Amino acid sequence: MISVQVEDFNIADEHQQLRERAGGAGAIVTFTGLVREIYDHGDADLEKIQTLTLEHYPGMTEKALKSIIDAANEKWTLLSTRVIHRVGVLRPSDQIVFVGAASAHRQNAFDAARFIMDYLKTEAPFWKKQTTENSEQWIESRQSDTDALEVWQAS
Amino acid sequence: MIQIHYLASIREQLETAQEQINLPDGVSNVGELISHLQAINPKFDAAITANNKILVAVNQTIVDTRHKLSEKDEVAFFPPMTGG
Repeated sequence: MISVQVEDFNIADEHQQLRERAGGAGAIVTFTGLVREIYDHGDADLEKIQTLTLEHYPGMTEKALKSIIDAANEKWTLLSTRVIHRVGVLRPSDQIVFVGAASAHRQNAFDAARFIMDYLKTEAPFWKKQTTENSEQWIESRQSDTDALEVWQAS
Repeated sequence: MIQIHYLASIREQLETAQEQINLPDGVSNVGELISHLQAINPKFDAAITANNKILVAVNQTIVDTRHKLSEKDEVAFFPPMTGG
């Protein structure tokens, strides 16, 4: 199940719904991504983040998320999955993204949750723009996120 | 007629979110469309030059510059994704 939404989400509710949808599951792994408090430029200046605005490409976003989940389902036996990604203006410590995977045994659930998250970061059309007290900038993609995919492509 | 979307930093650089254009003669693929837009729109040319990587999607799937274009295609230009 995939949702792209402005509204916040409740992890307890999502976990419960995963339990209900995934009858017979032995493991549920969930991941929640949050807005950071500090913007690290890489140099000495650390700035407090005021807002993080998430933009997406409606239509393509849902398609991209579905194909990531389909790929996870081909790779592992999963009983249920859940992806929620928020868009709009967020603030430090706000929840941005939720990924949940349920399976019979923990290893598949751990691996699938990480796989979905790794692909979501580089293949789903979301973009982040942050404001600090002194600046406003689009977040640039990170090489470490692209590198994370090589683990899966090699396996 | 094709529909073009510009997203995130590309939208800001062009000050345009979307436009419709007729596929000009001689434009049959994505690479030719990019050259055409560079020739007619200085802001698009500047955005292409300023960004070391721009992604292109046709009908909501990422493609390369050799991808053939057809009438009614939805083309989108955007920077590398930064979700999650």
